[in-house]
Amino acid sequence: MKICISACGKDLDSEVDPQFGRCNYFVLIDPDTGSVTSIINPGSEASGGAGIRAAEAIACAGAGILLTGSVGPKSFSILSEAGIETYSGIRGTVDFALKEYKSRKLAILKGPNTSLSNGMKKS
Amino acid sequence: MKIAIASGKGGTGKTTVAVNFALALEDVQLFDCDVEEPNCNLFLGFDLEPVEEVTCLVPEINPDWCTLCKNCASFCKYNALAALPNKILSFPSLCHGCGGCRHVCPAESIEEKPRPIGMIEKTSSKNSLTFFRGILDIGEVMATPVIRALQRHIDESRPVILDSPPGTACPALAVMGCADYCVLVTESTPFGFHDFLLALEATRALKVPAGVVLNRDGIGDSRVEDFCRAEGIPILLRIPDERMIARLYSEGIPFIKEMPEWKEKFKNILKTINTVTCKSKGV
Repeated sequence: MKICISACGKDLDSEVDPQFGRCNYFVLIDPDTGSVTSIINPGSEASGGAGIRAAEAIACAGAGILLTGSVGPKSFSILSEAGIETYSGIRGTVDFALKEYKSRKLAILKGPNTSLSNGMKKS
Repeated sequence: MKIAIASGKGGTGKTTVAVNFALALEDVQLFDCDVEEPNCNLFLGFDLEPVEEVTCLVPEINPDWCTLCKNCASFCKYNALAALPNKILSFPSLCHGCGGCRHVCPAESIEEKPRPIGMIEKTSSKNSLTFFRGILDIGEVMATPVIRALQRHIDESRPVILDSPPGTACPALAVMGCADYCVLVTESTPFGFHDFLLALEATRALKVPAGVVLNRDGIGDSRVEDFCRAEGIPILLRIPDERMIARLYSEGIPFIKEMPEWKEKFKNILKTINTVTCKSKGV
């Protein structure tokens, strides 16, 4: 059950990116082995349906827990279908987000917390 | 003869020109192709009746036959399908109805089902003006299929005026591209000129001859006129920046109804267009 964090870069020192569908990378941490891997978000450049590609990619990469910021309705439906527990409110580095999750400072998402196409507003 | 009334910039007066032009001519059809906000009938006030529902074919996946090969999801450029390790999920609102997913499915587990995206309406009462319009359902994004469905109702034996959506994206191109002539409505302001050039470029790419209606003539400067003179683009009509015209617009009254002297001026547009298109066809 890997922990997945939406991020600007590939490792624990990278800044997190709270835009789930449009972030550049997902950093995946295996809490059992401590291994850190990353995947490129295939949705980051999509003209539409970015969150769909992003959610599909992390489900296929074996994520069980997602730490991010905002999740739209389509992404959320995939995440819940795939049984991925989603937490919002990440900030700082990937490492910091992981620590906040472990100390139960992140809130679990029970539904989408942003509207359609919110990631397009990213500056 | 199909005449599109288009513009790069929104709010330049396409609907004003289309409605007044149509009312000035006899035995003409008016098609409101701005299906995202069809405004012509605000000025016409016709009773409308439904003609047909416009649908888009979207995939329905039979999970019993699906082998989870993911071909469909990786084919879909609009990301309307998501392949999870144990299931394919579909998002019909993103589907453009190309049918590609069905084509690449080796298990024949995809069936296409129609999904309503809009409506075609026409005048129910007997009017000298035949009026059709398309309406894209709220929340839908694909205007072009509704425009195409609307265009299938054109009676090719009679002149038709097509009120186009603004801009130069797919919906506007679908309207400009089907026309024999394109009337570009603009105002001579920096913004108006900039977007006029985009629209003009589109007509050139589509090889549709174009002329200009200068709306709110008197404001701004002479940049549109100077450009048109240099490029040999006809200025078909000038509508002055006049209080009376603005007032009638705000009351939803086509100005030729109250200012009948404009009827002849609009009729002359058609004469000019006929001359130009005959010349370009070598007649």
